[in-house]
Amino acid sequence: MSDPKELHKKATQLRIECLKSIHKAQSGHTGGSMSAMDILVTLYYGDLGGDPIMKYNPQKPDWEDQDYFILSKGHAAPALYAILADIGYFEKSELDYLRQVNALLQGHPVIKTPGVTMTTGSLGQGFAAAHGLALSLKMDHKKNIVFTMLGDGELQEGIVWETAMSAAQFKSENFIAFIDNNEIQLDGFTRSIMNVEPIIDKFASFGWRTIPVKNGHDFNELLTAVEKALIPSRKPTVIVCNTIKGKGVAFAERNPSYHGVALSKEEMQVAIPALEKELT
Amino acid sequence: MIYKLNDKVATREAFGAAILKFGGKFKNVIVLDADLASSLKTQKFAQIYPERYLNFGIAESNMVTAAAGMAIRGKVPFACSFAIFATGRAWEFIRNAVCYPNLNVKIVGSHAGVLTGEDGATHQALEDIAIMRAIPNMKVICPADANEAYLAVEEIIKDFGPTYLRLGRASLPVIYDSSHKFKIGYADILTFGEDICIFATGPLVHSCLEAAKKLKERDIHTTVVNISTIKPLDEKLVIDCAKKCKIIVTAEDHQITGGLGSAVMEVLSENYPKQVHRIGMEKFGESGKPEDLYKKYGLDAEGVYSRLSEWLTN
Repeated sequence: MSDPKELHKKATQLRIECLKSIHKAQSGHTGGSMSAMDILVTLYYGDLGGDPIMKYNPQKPDWEDQDYFILSKGHAAPALYAILADIGYFEKSELDYLRQVNALLQGHPVIKTPGVTMTTGSLGQGFAAAHGLALSLKMDHKKNIVFTMLGDGELQEGIVWETAMSAAQFKSENFIAFIDNNEIQLDGFTRSIMNVEPIIDKFASFGWRTIPVKNGHDFNELLTAVEKALIPSRKPTVIVCNTIKGKGVAFAERNPSYHGVALSKEEMQVAIPALEKELT
Repeated sequence: MIYKLNDKVATREAFGAAILKFGGKFKNVIVLDADLASSLKTQKFAQIYPERYLNFGIAESNMVTAAAGMAIRGKVPFACSFAIFATGRAWEFIRNAVCYPNLNVKIVGSHAGVLTGEDGATHQALEDIAIMRAIPNMKVICPADANEAYLAVEEIIKDFGPTYLRLGRASLPVIYDSSHKFKIGYADILTFGEDICIFATGPLVHSCLEAAKKLKERDIHTTVVNISTIKPLDEKLVIDCAKKCKIIVTAEDHQITGGLGSAVMEVLSENYPKQVHRIGMEKFGESGKPEDLYKKYGLDAEGVYSRLSEWLTN
């Protein structure tokens, strides 16, 4: 898809499925799943001039030429799961068993789940592992791209900057990281807990190509940013997307208390009809 | 087999030679360093196979986690550093990024134990066996000499799964000749006698063999078992030996908590309850020549001999 309206519709439909799965589990990260959704939809459904942004095939998980995505902010797993089910990596019914015993869908992504490239959830880990994967592709002279996504709070982890340093040193140009900069972490606003700004300047000074996205829910802007990121350079690329935590659920937007909780039955009765209205 | 019997060679030296030989042969092998290439003896590999070598600088967590990422597509990365940093600094990444997804990453830790010597306690890994052993899917291998270390590298490459290879800095006598076969998961009985059985690992195997020689002069017969695979432990052999021998002892250059001693006690207490005496460290180390530290902490042949004599009389 390259029509922003279509992408928005897809994201809205997936937000509903994601919220339902978290609600059924009565456990999971609502805020960060909602802020990340539009970036994820751009990656998985977006195309540029007819070419998909990310090459993948649920029928051929070992496809040599596929691109890879690793969700470093693993707590946004429900957003990723809604997408993976939609594109056919597993049955949609799995979403009903999120976080339950014996279920396929763990609280944070695990490698054994179809469509999940790497086990993540321990913050910073996915970023470093994604870079390792990118390095292994470079060693084999492959053109595959490795995409990853971090939260802004995640940037407080030391390993993020060890990885940032090494990706510049090794000129890992096949490595593209999104920052879901929703400005909120578990305990409150990132700037008041442990400020990570200026994010762009930090990555630039570490030797990265930086692309700012003023509105990480604007598909036009997201598509343009990805198009720029796919132009070869001799550097790793970071796309810093300003997002709204809880995006799409009016009462949860920019509200730190919705970081890691499911919506109640009453809240669902407000949130779901509002999203459904956008679909019509 | 590349080293002569009784020559003094460090296991890290053997690792460097083996990774050059077998790492060269198996094209999926990648060598990663964290600014300690000269200590881990990986420079030759780096020179000859630069396309399969990366130095991550002083950043062990990143090195280990990137190694996990490389293993996703079938690479076999060897992530090398001092044992204390490779296992300690990077522990949570080894657990969550390597062992939980069961990726084929090999962690190589040199400078294990007080054998490290002059650098002192900050650089002497004494808890690494314990913390690696505790993680599901992880194998723990500590060769007794340079020849065994050389063989172990080839076996580790051929084997699948997360593995920790524990190596030492100091040069110690080669105890195995060309007849030795190393197989992951199997212990090796070096001498047999029914008075005492010592389960030893790493450099302590040599100390125990020497102590056993002295005991033999007193007509006391000792079984010395080289436990080079601490996990998975050769449980059957441990139980069999415990059944045959009167006094059971473990010996390691590691804290007596959580290491080989604990592993042996776990198996015996569940299968053949019997008193077990542990030789090892019970505190942090310090600076000094390796031989002086081994003497001070009772890890040399003399120290092992006197502890054994004590247990024989009580």
